[in-house]
Amino acid sequence: MEYILIIISAIFVNNILLAQFLGICPFLGVSNKLSTATGMSGAVCFVITLATVVTYLLNNYLLVPFGLEFLQTISFILVIAALVQMVEIVLKKISPSLYQALGIFLPLITTNCAVLGVALTVVTKEMAFGGPAHMMNLGEATVYAFATSLGYGLAMCLFAGLREHLAMNDVPKAFKGLPIALITVSIMAMAFLGFSGIV
Amino acid sequence: MSKLGLITKGIVKDNPTFVLVLGMCPTLATTTSAMNGLEMGLATMFVLILSNIVVSLVAPMVPDKVRIPVYIVIIATFVTVLQLMMQAFVPDVYETLGLFIPLIVVNCIVLGRAEAFANKNSVVDSALDGIGIGIGFTLSLTVIGIVREILGSGSVFGWKFIPGDGILAFVMAPGAFMVLGYLMVLFNKYLAKK
Repeated sequence: MEYILIIISAIFVNNILLAQFLGICPFLGVSNKLSTATGMSGAVCFVITLATVVTYLLNNYLLVPFGLEFLQTISFILVIAALVQMVEIVLKKISPSLYQALGIFLPLITTNCAVLGVALTVVTKEMAFGGPAHMMNLGEATVYAFATSLGYGLAMCLFAGLREHLAMNDVPKAFKGLPIALITVSIMAMAFLGFSGIV
Repeated sequence: MSKLGLITKGIVKDNPTFVLVLGMCPTLATTTSAMNGLEMGLATMFVLILSNIVVSLVAPMVPDKVRIPVYIVIIATFVTVLQLMMQAFVPDVYETLGLFIPLIVVNCIVLGRAEAFANKNSVVDSALDGIGIGIGFTLSLTVIGIVREILGSGSVFGWKFIPGDGILAFVMAPGAFMVLGYLMVLFNKYLAKK
């Protein structure tokens, strides 16, 4: 039951893009076409889940026992950068087709603040999912990270679909490009506010 | 470019928010009020200036292939310094800005300036560039914060001048996107006229 609550809350209620404002830059950057948006979502999904598990273990078995929590930021970003690099090499070897599909999106993910954001949230913030607030354990953290990245993919693909239609419309000159996109996201975020009563 | 030009270019010509469109996450997330926007801007400016200075000092020694990781480590170091200082001196500000202080590490403005300016310019110029872009970022965040605070809670910098509750949506997520979108439109109009 708790896992279901985590999933619903991470995908809809606290959507990482529309409610937490993490990973906006790639969201605005690659959402011009639905196909690139799906590629990016896939890559982000993969890296967020993997990075959260690794940084969670690093934090709880290395940083906390030695009292080094202040190194979280610096060590997490290094782990993420190394991980992205490794995922790239491994994928190239074992699944060239997936590597082709994700293409240029993989290296871009290091600077996607959604990855570092989720990794830091999981180890620093107490969360309540239908029970008392507590730090997440490894299982919850993994489910939370995966569900969050699904929420990222959902918002990204919905928005890319809208944007493909926007491109064909005649908007006033000053609104062209990003401004009209931001106003569209705003309306989408309003729709997502409607989920806030669920959990 | 003149020394003064380096400082003023961040305000309009190279405005990081409205022209370069970088660092959108803190821009949207922390501008719920004018004060929060200002504080976030200043925090980013601190990291920006120091990382620009150090990057311009070490750039000649760093091999080209590993420069990005090196810059990220430099930036992360200053972010950690900032985190510890804020926890010690202004714990309530640190509490409000929360996750977005450590996330300065992945703010594209900071890495962007290291890569585009600091690694090929002198220390003084890089410091001035950091100050200029920092001022531009702080101003943009404060302006967005002011607009959202007026519409959302009828006050500016905590000084309430419109009685009543205000439009809650402007303090929440949709308002952030909408205010940024419309301000960008005004900025485009202004640039087109010039």
